Amino acid sequence: MDTTQLALAERAAEQQRHHGKALFFWVWGALLVMTAIEVFLTYQNMQPVKMLTILMGLSLIKAALIIGYFMHLKYEVSRMKWLTMCSVVACLILMTIFFFPDAFRILYLGVK
Amino acid sequence: MADSAVHDIPSDYEPSLFGTYSKKIGMWLFLLSDSLTFGALLYAYSYGRISTAGWPTPFHSESILNATVMTAFLLTSSLTMVLAVRASVDRNAKAQTLWLLATMACGIGFIVLHGREWSNLISKGLSLPMFPAVPGHEAEAEFVNVSKTVPQFASTFFTLTGMHMLHVTLGVIYLGVVALRRKFIPILLALWLAAWLLTPAYSPFHYGAHVLLIAAIVITIILWLKPKVYDSSDVEVAGLYWHFVDLVWMFIFPLVYLMSAKIL
Repeated sequence: MDTTQLALAERAAEQQRHHGKALFFWVWGALLVMTAIEVFLTYQNMQPVKMLTILMGLSLIKAALIIGYFMHLKYEVSRMKWLTMCSVVACLILMTIFFFPDAFRILYLGVK
Repeated sequence: MADSAVHDIPSDYEPSLFGTYSKKIGMWLFLLSDSLTFGALLYAYSYGRISTAGWPTPFHSESILNATVMTAFLLTSSLTMVLAVRASVDRNAKAQTLWLLATMACGIGFIVLHGREWSNLISKGLSLPMFPAVPGHEAEAEFVNVSKTVPQFASTFFTLTGMHMLHVTLGVIYLGVVALRRKFIPILLALWLAAWLLTPAYSPFHYGAHVLLIAAIVITIILWLKPKVYDSSDVEVAGLYWHFVDLVWMFIFPLVYLMSAKIL
């Protein structure tokens, strides 16, 4: 790596040194607890749509914890956060818009 | 905080747009593209589920327990991975190697449990046409019925979970190279031989094991062309990949397993 890259890598390492290890254990514990809640909810005979909403909500929180703390995105510059997250979310929203109305159409109208 | 410091670092080139080193930006871009691959597979599974009446719920409590333990393995591996990154920035090489090996152990545990789950489902009759029949096993009517009436289930299930299992396998190999470098090549070849010779010929893992051989060849070429000692930035970049694999499972587990649990 050239000197700029080395300096940037060293700054990233310096940022990592500022966080206590306890934070990682808290995040890990929270992820395990949320997983346990998900498994518990599975056997509560809930309506599928309600259950799907709760499970996906919990999954999004877990994803945010992993991206923010384990992948360290919370501590990156705001340009990095916004560009990476907005681009992937925009693509997933586009997939949702195109996929799901069609899936329901097949369910209610049948394949023609 | 870090934004103001982005332009402080002297350079012959333009300042980094994202305020970090190129390898990390490259890995983030790869992960963004890979998230769309998994996004497409998850959407395909969900599309099939919504548009198909009588979607099966074949996962008994043993499968759910197995998948829960697999999830715990992956979450724990993410913890050991951040501890490996931390050890690398503290320049503690021994702790870094140990935490990386612990992460690999959790990853291997995940793969073994997943393989057991697949083998169990295939032997019960939930299979794909490309998988050979399991001799000496009576397929269960429930699973044979699923494969015949809703073939989309087996197709999307094996594609989605297989793609993820491949990513975990490649992640373990990646970490093995970062932790052990050239010493990992004979270990990988031994793992390939064990996986190939110890799995029965009808198992999809008998042929799938050759991924390890291909990886060993690729690694040998890479390490021969560019031998190096991996530093903290390499460990951090490898960690990004590993956490991504964990992240994807956080959606597969509820969507595929929990939403298809058989509740008696």
